[in-house]
Amino acid sequence: MRAFTRGLIGIAGFLALWELLGRSPLIPAHALPPPSVVFGELVTQLTSPAFISHVVATVLAVLIAIAIAIAIAVPSGLVLGSVPAVRHATRAIIEFLRPIPSVALIPLALVMLGFGPETKITLAVYAALWPILFNTIYALDELDPLLVETARVFGTRRVGVLFRVALPSALPFVLTGIRLAATTALIVMVSVELMAGSQVGLGYFIMEARSGPGRMDQVLVGTVVAGAIGVLLNNGLERVRRRWVAW
Amino acid sequence: MNKFFQRWTVFAGLVAVWQLLGWLADDPFFPPPSEIVTAAWQWWVVDPRNFTEHVIPSITRLLSGWAIASVIGVALGLLLGRSDRAMEYAGPLLVFLRSIPPPALVPVFLLLFKAGQSMQVATIVFGVIWPVLLNSVDGARSVDVTKVDTSAVFRIPRWQWVLGVVLPAASPKIFAGLRVSLSLSLVLMVISELVGTDNGIGSQLMQAQREFDYTRMWAGIVLLGVLGYGLNTALLAVERRALAWQPRSRDEQHA
Amino acid sequence: MSNMLEVADLGHTYGDYEAIGGLTFTVRAGELVCVVGPSGCGKSTLLRTISGLIAPSRGDVSLKGSHLAVVFQDYSRSLFPWLSVQGNVEFPLRGLPRAERRARAAEALEWVGLGAAARKRPWQLSGGMQQRVAIARALAYRPSLLLMDEPFASVDAQTRFELEDLLLRVRREHDTTVLVVTHDIDESVYLGDRILVLSGSPARLVADLEVPLPAERDQVTTRTDEAFVALRSKVARLLNVGGKPAMDVEKWAAAERESLSETVST
Repeated sequence: MRAFTRGLIGIAGFLALWELLGRSPLIPAHALPPPSVVFGELVTQLTSPAFISHVVATVLAVLIAIAIAIAIAVPSGLVLGSVPAVRHATRAIIEFLRPIPSVALIPLALVMLGFGPETKITLAVYAALWPILFNTIYALDELDPLLVETARVFGTRRVGVLFRVALPSALPFVLTGIRLAATTALIVMVSVELMAGSQVGLGYFIMEARSGPGRMDQVLVGTVVAGAIGVLLNNGLERVRRRWVAW
Repeated sequence: MNKFFQRWTVFAGLVAVWQLLGWLADDPFFPPPSEIVTAAWQWWVVDPRNFTEHVIPSITRLLSGWAIASVIGVALGLLLGRSDRAMEYAGPLLVFLRSIPPPALVPVFLLLFKAGQSMQVATIVFGVIWPVLLNSVDGARSVDVTKVDTSAVFRIPRWQWVLGVVLPAASPKIFAGLRVSLSLSLVLMVISELVGTDNGIGSQLMQAQREFDYTRMWAGIVLLGVLGYGLNTALLAVERRALAWQPRSRDEQHA
Repeated sequence: MSNMLEVADLGHTYGDYEAIGGLTFTVRAGELVCVVGPSGCGKSTLLRTISGLIAPSRGDVSLKGSHLAVVFQDYSRSLFPWLSVQGNVEFPLRGLPRAERRARAAEALEWVGLGAAARKRPWQLSGGMQQRVAIARALAYRPSLLLMDEPFASVDAQTRFELEDLLLRVRREHDTTVLVVTHDIDESVYLGDRILVLSGSPARLVADLEVPLPAERDQVTTRTDEAFVALRSKVARLLNVGGKPAMDVEKWAAAERESLSETVST
């Protein structure tokens, strides 16, 4: 409880600093509206159906992207992690693909997939794949050989070992990967919305607020809400991990 | 050696298949690799103007943003990590700030720093500081009690305690954070160049797309891939040397 | 009495290194046999060939009945952390109807005195309790042979005595055939009906000794029994550590433990 209070004090201190900076003559007033203004706008926006639909669009797209990334990365990770030959064979390809930043693919995705939600979801999937894939492979590397031997001694066959031993033992790592992937997916999603059109979403809202009326308070509202979604995703998945895989 | 050979064979095979398909399909979106490589070579390396006007500034931004974030992140992280009290105050704020998509702040930075180098560096710094900072906190916390007690017994000076005990103990974690940050820097470099500037690899990428020059666009993507691979390899080499004293350092982990 | 396990001319080599060089012995039904040997003599390899984890380079292992259970030294690594205690004990019983699995697991946990801990996770228990879970899991499987690899080497002395007595009790009550691999001479004499003494690498059979002690044993009286002391000295002499102070035996035991963990991780 003390820690919680201290955390609140920390945040309050940050807001106070921001308020001071926002009101100081050093910084142009329109560039950094103080939190008092931003929070007023936040309340207004949270009651606006248009804003809510932007938020829903982004969150939904993020969830879809994570689901697709899991469906691709976990099975691939299991194969790559348990069959060394495949892993060595594909290593060069993976090492080449991984450093390509997802945003570099924006132009390509735009010409191929257009301005619909497919583009941003595809790019978010691409970005979210890697943490899940690498954590799954890593988890299988860390699989305790004694657990496998125990299962084999009791007559468990290869497939049984995969599903009854390797998979559960990899689960905590995989969930950590998913948590990292969720944050990444959100960032990519908002970025793509912000830069590459798409007609809905939090990023679009921010872009519109900036380029049209130059409403920095609305830009910051979008930013704060995006941050809040990130915190919720992160903490929610962390809680799931603690609750269901507490070993 | 055999494995090395094997993986590059598969890689080469895939490129060959793409080449073949590229020829057969003759699709403007997917030019064959030979064309892409030629274009990349012509555009980025042979033409000295492009190299000095786009590649060099991009890499400068990336490295300066990353370096600033690293210095601040490590210093702040070690400080916070050695004090539970400080972490209680700062923890929730850090969690929140880390979750903010950095591109969302590009408009703010645009107004605060004006368009140009400093705004781009600011975007990179804000975007990549978190992995370094949080890993440094973790690392600083991982100094074991025996080392703390040993240092206390010998009454070593403060600076030696930080540089000689805390920093080395935290360094494996710090390096993990640095690597994540470096690859993020590349992402944010591109993002920061997509708006408010006409130089840099990112802006060239966008321009190529607007001009429907898909070969050049692919050339940009390939360049970014090569850049990412090169930077990561270089940092890994440094890490291996710096952490040679470690019993065992892991190459691939949750990045 | 019929033979439960017959090992004939069993040998195993890793590359150039000969770990076991032609072992022949039998374990009769209902018997508890201890295998002792010096550090790094291939006891672990022997156990892995018998349990079928590795195929021996030569020779035969024939087991009457198909069920074989193993209790490893490292209980914390051989219990599945994502399963409850009950789930761990049920693990090998897949294929049986759910109700029977339940009943058998509950019964086995009762035998080792852990009936109340069924819903806990293994890592919530102390080391000695975890090893009891591993024993319950082995017993629930109703094995024709129970293999134990240094089963009590990682628990403190007090717990160790308790677990030794627990093993003697449950195997008497359920007529289980047991083969215990150990580095501890006292333990082998205290537990065994018979002791197989192995030589250094490659492991060969040096002696096959009957233990002339009554079935009912007791930590205090048995260990001071003349027959116990005599046999203990005999085994120690065979292992070439006799006459040296106890300190050396401890060191030697530590080295043995280390070499074992090496073999497991390779």
